[in-house]
Amino acid sequence: MDFTLDKKHEMARQLFREFALNEVKPMAQEIDETEQFPRENVEKMMKYGFMGIPIPKEYGGQGCDVLTYIMCVEELSKVCGTTGVIVSAHTSLCCDPILTYGTEEQKQKFLVPLASGKKLGAFALTEPGAGTDAQGAQCRAEEDGDSWVLNGSKCFITNGKEADIYIIFAVTDIVEDAKGRKSKKFSAFIVEKGTPGFTFGTKEKKMGIRASSTYELIFQDCRIPKENILGPRGKGFGIAMHTLDGGRIGIAAQALGIGEGSIDATIDFVKERKQFGRPIAAFQNTAFQLADMKARMDAAKYLVYKAACTKDQYMEDHKTSYSIEAAEAKLFAAEAAMAVTTKAVQLHGGYGYTREYDVERMMRDAKITEIYEGTSEVQRLVISGAMLK
Amino acid sequence: MNIVVCIKQVPDTKGGVKFNPDGTLDRASMLAIMNPDDKAGLEAALRIKDETGAKVTVLTMGLPKADDMLREALAMGADEAVLVTDRRLGGADTWATSSTVAAAVKKLDYDLIITGRQAIDGDTAQVGPQIAEHLALPVISYAEDIKVEGNSVIVKRQYEDRYHEVKAQMPCLITALSELNEPRYMTPGGIFDAYDKEVTVWGRDDLTDLDDANIGLAGSPTKIAKASDKVRKGAGEKVALDPKESVEYIVGKLKEKHVI
Amino acid sequence: MSLEEYKGVAIFAQQVDNKLSSIAFELIGKAHELAADLGTDVTAVVLGHNIADLADKLGEYGADKVVLIDNEELETYRTEPYAQALTAYINEYKPEIMLVGATAIGRDLGPTVSARVKTGLTADCTSLEIGDFPLVAKEGQEQKHNQLLMTRPAFGGNTIATIACPDNRPQMATVRPGVMQKLEKQPGRKAEVIDFKPELTKNNRFVEILNIVKNATSTVDIMDAKILVSGGRGVGSAENFKMLEDLAEVLGGTVSCSRAVVDSGWKPKDLQVGQTGKTVRPNVYFAIGISGAIQHTAGMEESDIIIAINKDETAPIFDVADYGIVGDLNKIVPALTEAIKAELAAQN
Repeated sequence: MDFTLDKKHEMARQLFREFALNEVKPMAQEIDETEQFPRENVEKMMKYGFMGIPIPKEYGGQGCDVLTYIMCVEELSKVCGTTGVIVSAHTSLCCDPILTYGTEEQKQKFLVPLASGKKLGAFALTEPGAGTDAQGAQCRAEEDGDSWVLNGSKCFITNGKEADIYIIFAVTDIVEDAKGRKSKKFSAFIVEKGTPGFTFGTKEKKMGIRASSTYELIFQDCRIPKENILGPRGKGFGIAMHTLDGGRIGIAAQALGIGEGSIDATIDFVKERKQFGRPIAAFQNTAFQLADMKARMDAAKYLVYKAACTKDQYMEDHKTSYSIEAAEAKLFAAEAAMAVTTKAVQLHGGYGYTREYDVERMMRDAKITEIYEGTSEVQRLVISGAMLK
Repeated sequence: MNIVVCIKQVPDTKGGVKFNPDGTLDRASMLAIMNPDDKAGLEAALRIKDETGAKVTVLTMGLPKADDMLREALAMGADEAVLVTDRRLGGADTWATSSTVAAAVKKLDYDLIITGRQAIDGDTAQVGPQIAEHLALPVISYAEDIKVEGNSVIVKRQYEDRYHEVKAQMPCLITALSELNEPRYMTPGGIFDAYDKEVTVWGRDDLTDLDDANIGLAGSPTKIAKASDKVRKGAGEKVALDPKESVEYIVGKLKEKHVI
Repeated sequence: MSLEEYKGVAIFAQQVDNKLSSIAFELIGKAHELAADLGTDVTAVVLGHNIADLADKLGEYGADKVVLIDNEELETYRTEPYAQALTAYINEYKPEIMLVGATAIGRDLGPTVSARVKTGLTADCTSLEIGDFPLVAKEGQEQKHNQLLMTRPAFGGNTIATIACPDNRPQMATVRPGVMQKLEKQPGRKAEVIDFKPELTKNNRFVEILNIVKNATSTVDIMDAKILVSGGRGVGSAENFKMLEDLAEVLGGTVSCSRAVVDSGWKPKDLQVGQTGKTVRPNVYFAIGISGAIQHTAGMEESDIIIAINKDETAPIFDVADYGIVGDLNKIVPALTEAIKAELAAQN
């Protein structure tokens, strides 16, 4: 068991950190306030290969591993949770399923431009009537000649209006079991922006990650080529769940970064801020709170890195399961981030409640990590289900 | 076309400077980085590479840990890297450093040599011109723009109140200002590739065209008589005077500190 | 090399467009002190074309001898012909000390010439004196007297080193402009003028100057500024910043500001110092009407000299200021600008 990073991972971290501090941090406050998608920075990340880190070079990626990609999301999220999730949703939820389930033609046509930074990706599963309960889904796809025709809508879609390529889940079949109970069968599809019948609905106004362009997607007789089905017909639910296992590691890394970022900001603050004639860092309460925050985020870090390394093993052998590791990492890191950012605000006192200080934004950003890509309750179901089976 | 870029690993003195409780510099906590002017020089070389397909070799003289910086240069896009390292070369001043680097450059193919104007630790700005002198090359210092035209380079050479547009025949040496450009980032894949590459390592004995009298501490004409860390200042003075006296007070301080 | 052959203190008297740079007089001032300690004289070396009339002024400011090297090739600064000429001077006249300004010219010429004559060069010195090397006698090492001890900052100004060049001549240094004091002008004082005509050899190292472009005063990044005149809410209005701009102008500095000023729309964001602005480290930082909240001081407390003017004597800015003045900025700042103007005029 070796808990040290090798030199190339250390250097990659340094790269992400530098990029985050130079390019992302100066914008973080502004994009939170304006809810403007950070297009310029996304283009820079595309140019420098941040949008295809764990994807093989033959498909336009960087040929690195999941751990490197996770560190990228972590470092970006230390200064801006929005930027972290943009990379995570693109990589884990759009590139990854095409790499795993796509045909060679689909990989060439869609994965290469995504991973090489020419196009941005998104993933759409949730619907107004179907979040955790997928059976409530209404969006459907019907075969018609050489096409699939999509009808319905998706909501809360990250990178919503900004993406070029979308992974869409839609009901293709309804099957009846021996007892006559009906259940919906899903399939996954690749849909390009600009396809007639594909439009955008309302933009969500969110508590945190406010610049991530969260939109409703609307499909009205949207006709896509038959070959755009991703994986076998009727296997969409499995594809979605497997994709989300990977996505959870990305979100866990986002939570990890947000929590760590709030500690960095707090350390700077408590050394500067004076009360009763000395820096508040000199008070034992401050010091002990910081110690608890650090220990908690370090525990999260090991779970997140473990999950990333387990997924790396899967990338090699296509067998190793990482779903429990991913669930544990996300559950723990998200709750740790929420608790730690809350403490960070508290240690900032009144300043922490103002927009002048980053921890105010970080606390709002942290909350979403307990909710999306499977709520903390869903993670508990996944973990306990495996324990008690 | 072959470009050799001379780079140096330095402690990050900009912003990253930390002090010990006694007011001295905490060198151990300072990050080792690629010298900023050198990085701009590397970026200039990589832009020429992007345009013309030139081959870019980075060369440094330093401790074995400078390997990290060379990998960074490779991850940015340099083709080859050379590390000159030997205890016998330690303690060199700019004369001995430039003699050594020039001897190493002689072993490489070059049309253009680019160095940073100055390193942020020594702040001398001497090594670049002195390498050119040892190699008998034209030197253009303080470059804020570099263009390659056939067999020549055209450089914007900065002065305090003007610039000269200067043309020199290659081979020649240019010293780059960090204002020259915004150096690119590494790419994650570039980092992974950089660690798969070989860095050439040369010791003293690999540099045949170099006299022992010109290397290391012994070969350095300048000697350090005394060095100390600037101790951080404590609390200052506070005065409450009438406006006229206040002005006299400030002017006095400005004169005392040679500001005016 | 026989070190004893080398005598006298020489300075490179930089001229641009046939106008002597201020550094030339500063170097003469320092060279005078050094020459007095050594019992020798001061030579100013001028390179250029049609420069005969520069000798008088150098004499009036204290040069004992002026060596003129007048050649067409030296009309505009280029490394190679200048290096050939200065090298020829050193080889012919053998000065024991050769001082050059640490200017954009001197920091190119100095290293080239020092490498050519094979001697040491200490860069960007802020203090020069004559003394012993080693400073304290050491067993088994000869202590040399009458050495040039050259002191310079390094590590971005965080360390100070004193350097000697005991075994090579001349002892060369480039000297930071604005640090040494020029002497009082003595009208009518004459230097011995020597025309020296070394042969310059055209070679591949002569570069071609295609164009010379003089800068219109460009806006300076506050992070690069040596002097910052920074204003806060206490300045009162956008219009009142004119006072600060005037002060900055006479000092060759730049105006910056606190966050409150940006929020009030008085100044653009790129001039903001502090946590959500830029971190600056100028030689002199004037904090005018700035209370000094930690968000601000975090971005400027590393400045070399901090001068604070504020009417509130409890303002936290006084905790970080080297010189704090409790008073009314509206009265002090304009008067200060005038006083500095007068002072600078008197010095010229």
